[in-house]
Amino acid sequence: MRVGLFVTCLVDLMRPRIGFAALELLRSAGCEVIVPRTQTCCGQPGYNSGDRAGAKRLAQKLIAEFEPCDYVVAPSGSCAGMIRTHYPELFSAAPDWQARVRALAERTYELTDFLVRVAKLATVAGEFRGTVTYHDACSGLRELGVKAQPRALLAKVKGLALTEMDEAQACCGFGGTFAIKFGDISTRIVDAKCERIAATGADAVVLGDLGCMLNIEGRLRRRGEARMQVLHVAEVLAGKTREPS
Amino acid sequence: MHATSMHFKSRAAEKLADGDLRAALDGLKRRFVPARAAAIAELDDFEAVREAAAEIRDRALEHLDFFLEAFERNCTARGAVVHWAETWADVNAIVVAIARDNGVRKAVKSKSMVSEECALNAALEAAGIAVVETDLGEYILQLGHEPPSHIIAPVIHKTRDQVSDLFAAKHASPRKTDIGELTREARERLRPHFLSADMGITGANFIVAETGSTLIVTNEGNGRMATTLPRVHVAITGIEKVVPTLEDVATLLRLLPRSATGQSISNYVSLTTGIRDAAELDGPEQFHVVLLDGGRSRILASEVRAILRCIRCGACMNHCPVYQSVGGHAYGWVYPGPMGSVLTPSYLGLENALDLPHAATLCNQCGVVCPVKIPLPGLLRKLREQQYERGLRPWHERMALAGWARLAAHPRLYALATSLAAKLLCWLGGHERRIARLPFGRGWSGGRDMPAPAGKTFRALYGKQD
Repeated sequence: MRVGLFVTCLVDLMRPRIGFAALELLRSAGCEVIVPRTQTCCGQPGYNSGDRAGAKRLAQKLIAEFEPCDYVVAPSGSCAGMIRTHYPELFSAAPDWQARVRALAERTYELTDFLVRVAKLATVAGEFRGTVTYHDACSGLRELGVKAQPRALLAKVKGLALTEMDEAQACCGFGGTFAIKFGDISTRIVDAKCERIAATGADAVVLGDLGCMLNIEGRLRRRGEARMQVLHVAEVLAGKTREPS
Repeated sequence: MHATSMHFKSRAAEKLADGDLRAALDGLKRRFVPARAAAIAELDDFEAVREAAAEIRDRALEHLDFFLEAFERNCTARGAVVHWAETWADVNAIVVAIARDNGVRKAVKSKSMVSEECALNAALEAAGIAVVETDLGEYILQLGHEPPSHIIAPVIHKTRDQVSDLFAAKHASPRKTDIGELTREARERLRPHFLSADMGITGANFIVAETGSTLIVTNEGNGRMATTLPRVHVAITGIEKVVPTLEDVATLLRLLPRSATGQSISNYVSLTTGIRDAAELDGPEQFHVVLLDGGRSRILASEVRAILRCIRCGACMNHCPVYQSVGGHAYGWVYPGPMGSVLTPSYLGLENALDLPHAATLCNQCGVVCPVKIPLPGLLRKLREQQYERGLRPWHERMALAGWARLAAHPRLYALATSLAAKLLCWLGGHERRIARLPFGRGWSGGRDMPAPAGKTFRALYGKQD
């Protein structure tokens, strides 16, 4: 099957190795992976900030780029959720686009969701000596039902033990531009998350979305916690936790 | 109620610094969140009941005129009087007129958020009528001259110590710290008011079209005294609270106390129908129902119509990470939390609550706990769109969004800009690979570092690899 990898703008800019990890995982699951060269952003920043027209233009671009693929996969619950659950709403007043939008939305998956439910990945290359705890990112969990999938995959990683934190499902306070507009409230929210992570005594917190990752890692470092690793689930599964990011 | 909804940001900053409030909000979360989860688990099929509840509310709203007229007919047939109020001022004028016509000197009130919208107490006091709040939380607030900070636990922002101090000062009695003793003291103060009041004022959680009844859900029993002891009873509520049948109410009651306080059922569910019959010993001689529009029919025709399904359980705020951090007063008007961030701009005008639609992470915890399936993040997004279209967002935000949409539409330019940005961020990160001060994001870097990238984009690396 031909899988279009939607790298996402944050992975592209901030942590490319997550994109390569996703690429390897998809290939190891037997997928032919296509990475459309012209891809940029799914339009979520505009959609969540009120710029519906801007979001729509980017959505149309993405749809055209990924339409030839059997599936669209993103290493992010919020970007996959944008396409899968919000694109149909975004084009609700455009009947000429509805069929195309729905067809693509139905074929769009968050990475771990796809690996478990569609590609049925049996083994993973990653090894991890230590304990991790998993943070459920909001969009993946509450829009796409991503909860058991990353845990099932992490269970296949040699040497890895998972310890659950309290309220793993609670928001980390990122919220896109919320963390910039209401930085102090966001800090209070992410502080609670950092404390619950620390309380597990894990060596790393693993998650599936770049926004939460930058927020949690940024706050941990500011609090002076240098030891706790913050890793994307794709990096752990593909065994890419030590290469340059 | 006087609105300070324009000042969410500065009020929120004050609240974040308040240690007592933080302890109180932690208590709210520890109490209500697990209690709700346990109570919901008692239902065989929560999703099916939720679905049915949403359908009931939608059906009522779809035929609002029909059900309201049916309510008026059935209510009037049992000797009550229905008053229609277009505005908050109309509600106050109607209630003051009823009081004057009946020589009312004192009114006892059971909790009513709609009366908070109208600032009814101030209007009654201005007309020379004494008003006593009898819900314990509201009574505490009235003593301290404060507005509620939560729709079902109005005094949640206060600690026990603060209440002890307040009672000692206002009751001129020895300071007590035991909650049982404090409650007893309040009860002793309130009892004579119930017996001497000429008018009882309540809200209504629902009004039932089929029977012309009003219904209140309470835990303290004060509501039942306010509806039965005084000779005049006035119930005030919004027109959207109508429910077609008693059967429908039964379905909604499976969800309301469970979602609100985690109770299978509240201590009291009081259904009030008509006035005292000749053969009856209890009940008021007059029963007035004041139904407020107050912007509801405007919302009915708007993109955020689904908010009118709301049954005022408070689950959205109990589960909201923002409410849990700043409490209800930061929101600046009657209704806080996610439902308030939709209602306040809708009632007061978008331009009078600029921050509220944005004061949410869109985590959708509110959406998944809402017993009537209101898509709260989606409604906040609609308000954000309206703000953007009307030019109500700051110019730099609009420029940034427009700039991003343009840049992302041009892949070559985008590749160039992001590769430069990756290099710049990498350089700013230095040896420690983290940026302590972001040039255009002080909101971010005030509280956290920005992990720095390695310097090359995925796009550039992938291009080389191929």
